[in-house]
Amino acid sequence: MSLRGLLRFAACLALALPALAFASGRTPKPDIIIANPGHCVEPTEIMRRNHPQMLLHQRDLTVHEGIRTTKYSLKNCVQCHASKTTGSVLGEKGFCQSCHAYAGVKLDCFECHASKAKLVAGGTP
Amino acid sequence: MSAEANEGLSRRGFLAISAAALGGVMLAPGIRLIEIAAARAPDQPASKQVRWGLLIDTNKCEPGCDDCVTACATENGIKQTGHPRTDSQWIRKVELKDMRSGRVHSAPVMCQHCAEPPCVEVCPTGASFKRADGIVLVDRHICIGCRYCMMACPYKARSFVAQELTDQNPDVPRGKGCVEGCTLCVHRVDRDEQPACVEACTKAGHNAMIFGDLNDPQSEIAQRVAKYASTQIRADLRLDPGVHYQGL
Ligand code: SF4
Ligand code: SF4
Repeated sequence: MSLRGLLRFAACLALALPALAFASGRTPKPDIIIANPGHCVEPTEIMRRNHPQMLLHQRDLTVHEGIRTTKYSLKNCVQCHASKTTGSVLGEKGFCQSCHAYAGVKLDCFECHASKAKLVAGGTP
Repeated sequence: MSAEANEGLSRRGFLAISAAALGGVMLAPGIRLIEIAAARAPDQPASKQVRWGLLIDTNKCEPGCDDCVTACATENGIKQTGHPRTDSQWIRKVELKDMRSGRVHSAPVMCQHCAEPPCVEVCPTGASFKRADGIVLVDRHICIGCRYCMMACPYKARSFVAQELTDQNPDVPRGKGCVEGCTLCVHRVDRDEQPACVEACTKAGHNAMIFGDLNDPQSEIAQRVAKYASTQIRADLRLDPGVHYQGL
């Protein structure tokens, strides 16, 4: 995601959060189901703002240098965040799609990357 | 996920520690730097001391058998889309017949992982690149699908993905609009496994393919290349492919 997209996302959150506190009935908010709450690799605030940079950094290390640490790998994100019912991070209430749809930020990772958790244990992402 | 991941990490942690220990006694007889590079921890980059390659013995390769092709398709999630002319082909079986003697033999052909890859040379974006350990890859994040590399490759080793794809293997992201080719199963190599084709050929008892480090004089592949006559396809182009053939 571009920096502009990220800023827009952050701005949306900043605008939306106080509004939600006071007028929760009238303001739409993303309907996210978090499959394994409290287990993320970084605190929520950091993840909300910085996950695109983390993924971008990791992607270059993995593709070009073959570094396959799991902490910031997209495969690990999907593995943990996939919905317990659909097995995917996409779909209306999917972890990635619900928030990206809400913030209006294009989500094209999953045109190539698997959006579903792998059921059988494979290797490292 | 966490139990699995922890297990993976601790195994890898152990590898890292043992590699470090080996490094400490590097000068002891029989302990080689190359070994350290091969048992690489996940946080270590690919090493340029390694040159991954394949040795394919066409005398052992069974005409009509396509176990390697099937294994590749399963591993990398390559499915037929009903458009055989444009479907991706990472590996294909080539049958050869000597017209005079009638001798028939066959061999799998895939990206030859050239040391001097023309696909990398022509790529306008830097998407086509050679990893430190000799594996030639396409970074799909950067590829614009111009297909210059397909034109430049003398082995017709690359394909363009023209259809939208779904249900990709989590280890092998693939999608419409990018060029792709054999990765030597880089995701498996990075966890010390053999490419899927080699594994399948060995499992079927043909043993026509071996994978290993051409730079490591102790490896089976380097020893066989040193001992027996082998060729590279179109060696005259001097691209120095990492894939060697015996009995062509
Ligand atoms: S065989 Fe073709 S695609 Fe593979 S490295 Fe050589 S030129 Fe590039
Ligand atoms: S198709 Fe992609 S990898 Fe090939 S030359 Fe064009 S940008 Fe480079």
